[in-house]
Amino acid sequence: MDNPQRVAGIDIGSRSIELVVLNGGSPEHRVKLPTTFDPLAQCMKLMDGVHVSTVVATGYGRRLFADAFDKLRVDVITEIQAYALGARFVYPDVRTVLDIGGQDTKVICLTAAGKVARFEMNDRCAAGTGKFLEFMATALQIPLESFGDFAMRSDRRIPINSMCTVFAESEATSLMARGERPENIAMGLHLAIVRRTVSMLRRVGFEPPLLFAGGVAHNLCVRFILEEHLGHTPHIPEDPDMVGALGAALHARQITAPGPG
Amino acid sequence: MASSYDEMWEKLNLDLGAHGGLLEVLGKFYGDIYLSQAGRLRGMEYLDFVLSEVHGLRIRELQEARAAGRKVIGTFCVFVPEEIVLAADAVQVGLCAGAEAGKDAAEKILPRNTCALIKSFVGFKLSRLCPYIESCDLVVGETTCDGKKKAYEIFSDYAPVYVMEVPQMKQACDRDLWRAEVLRLKGRIEEVTGRTVTPDKLREAIRVVNERRKVLQRLNRLRAASPVPISGRDVLLVNQVSFYDDPVRFTASISNLCDELEERVRSGEGIVPKDVPRLMLSGCPMAVPNWKLPYIIESSGAVIVGEESCIGTRSTRDLVAEDGETLDEMIDAIVNRYMRIDCACFTPNRERLDNIVAMAEDLKVKGVVHYGLTFCQPYAMEAFKVEKALKKVGVPMLSIETDYSMEDVEQLKTRVEAFVEMIR
Repeated sequence: MDNPQRVAGIDIGSRSIELVVLNGGSPEHRVKLPTTFDPLAQCMKLMDGVHVSTVVATGYGRRLFADAFDKLRVDVITEIQAYALGARFVYPDVRTVLDIGGQDTKVICLTAAGKVARFEMNDRCAAGTGKFLEFMATALQIPLESFGDFAMRSDRRIPINSMCTVFAESEATSLMARGERPENIAMGLHLAIVRRTVSMLRRVGFEPPLLFAGGVAHNLCVRFILEEHLGHTPHIPEDPDMVGALGAALHARQITAPGPG
Repeated sequence: MASSYDEMWEKLNLDLGAHGGLLEVLGKFYGDIYLSQAGRLRGMEYLDFVLSEVHGLRIRELQEARAAGRKVIGTFCVFVPEEIVLAADAVQVGLCAGAEAGKDAAEKILPRNTCALIKSFVGFKLSRLCPYIESCDLVVGETTCDGKKKAYEIFSDYAPVYVMEVPQMKQACDRDLWRAEVLRLKGRIEEVTGRTVTPDKLREAIRVVNERRKVLQRLNRLRAASPVPISGRDVLLVNQVSFYDDPVRFTASISNLCDELEERVRSGEGIVPKDVPRLMLSGCPMAVPNWKLPYIIESSGAVIVGEESCIGTRSTRDLVAEDGETLDEMIDAIVNRYMRIDCACFTPNRERLDNIVAMAEDLKVKGVVHYGLTFCQPYAMEAFKVEKALKKVGVPMLSIETDYSMEDVEQLKTRVEAFVEMIR
């Protein structure tokens, strides 16, 4: 019944779940939901009415999905592979992929042929990730979506040295107590995240062109300072959150393709 | 069955309740990681038995040895020359240091940013969970890192500790120092045991320990076949048990295991298909029951074919020359062999890089996973050099830093799986 041409990729991250359905070569359907405390229920909602021959799951919830949807043909790949595939599709020349998501930051270097050559991820702590910005936006009582724009209204750059979310918050609190403008504190926090990201990029061996994906790629201030620090304009995909799910869907297409190639 | 040892454990002053809990967790962990494997060799039943009795029968044997007037010497490091200990009719055992037991107790007397291995041996002692340490007449430490060196000072308030000074370089004067240290140990062991290390006894001890190394070398040659005939986890376990078990009995059992393995290699049988990526582990030692990373690797579509580690080739690669006639010549042979250990505590430590590259090439691995314990500075520093050396020969490396806790398992899985996807 299911159209073998139609496949899906689902990226179950810490903060949001994205689904991309491919029909033949092109994305036909893309949808996103917050992960919440019940990611499986969210997956069910996303999968409701979706008829595909194969689903490839990626992200932290990939195994959870594969175990729950055992009636479907499900395969799993890591976020590293998914982002590499997705990035290559939206931007064929890409050599480095940066993904700043809800709880981790990844840097992936690709060979000229598009294969993963090296990668690095932050370890168990969520310092320098989307969670950091979210936490700090809450501390400054700014909606997360406008936190970057808010920081862009700063009039001076103050250093914030702590990358630990808890320590950075106390640093921000003492700055506020000294009467520092919240815009400047916000800028300091954005600078901290970018400095950390840039050092990770350099460590892995950053080569342009760079594709910047993940939820934090929506943040104008991070984009702006990143470009400033790298001396290179990163490519931002139209839908930066979807790159992982897209990559998973592309992998699904590969494994369902009839015959070699 | 375990309860039949309660009396013995009580005599050893173990915390029976907590110890029972530890054995239960260990048993479950072992079941999940080891007994669940398909296509295991019959010879591994011996290892399953030894491990199920690791705090039981083996401890009883130690008590019996002590009742017969023999002494028990505990160690934490491959630098302690077992030949000397055996030549004095004593028993040498590796001490418990691979689980997160007694962490809270350990953190009361050690800084929190101390590696898991050190916290573990201190924790086991303070929480009265390790029947080995409670059976020891002497614990021989060494100065392989600052953490251990200083921890032994603290540890000596709780156990009879003796520390060997391991040199930091490999010049002639360092060899002299190490020779003096080996002789000093001999003196102390003779004092503790009341026995004299004679040339005949030492010759026999050298032979016994070499035989154990040789059988492990044979195991390593056989497991390198393609398709891989035995899981990396199982070989790690064999290496781990080599530190606890009676050396002669162990050698005989592993020799049988190797015969079975030889048969399997001859028939071209593998535990995984030929195209499963072969990986090698390199770095810090993994003491029982630290099977976290090997289990993650082998559940991620790869197979481990080598362990460049103290609980691995660092302990088995070199033999002591057996041609010494006099006691002095034998001591020299021991000194020379131990000075070849390529521990990250040495500077420079070019041998380790060469050995890793040679191993990676011989074993035809597709990648190396470097394992460092969090806060282990010597191995963390060398990880960068190892990666560089491997890059030159086109072998990718994944650097993992972790400890004994389970909180990072999901993150580790993602990284290891991504590494396997990359090299496949």
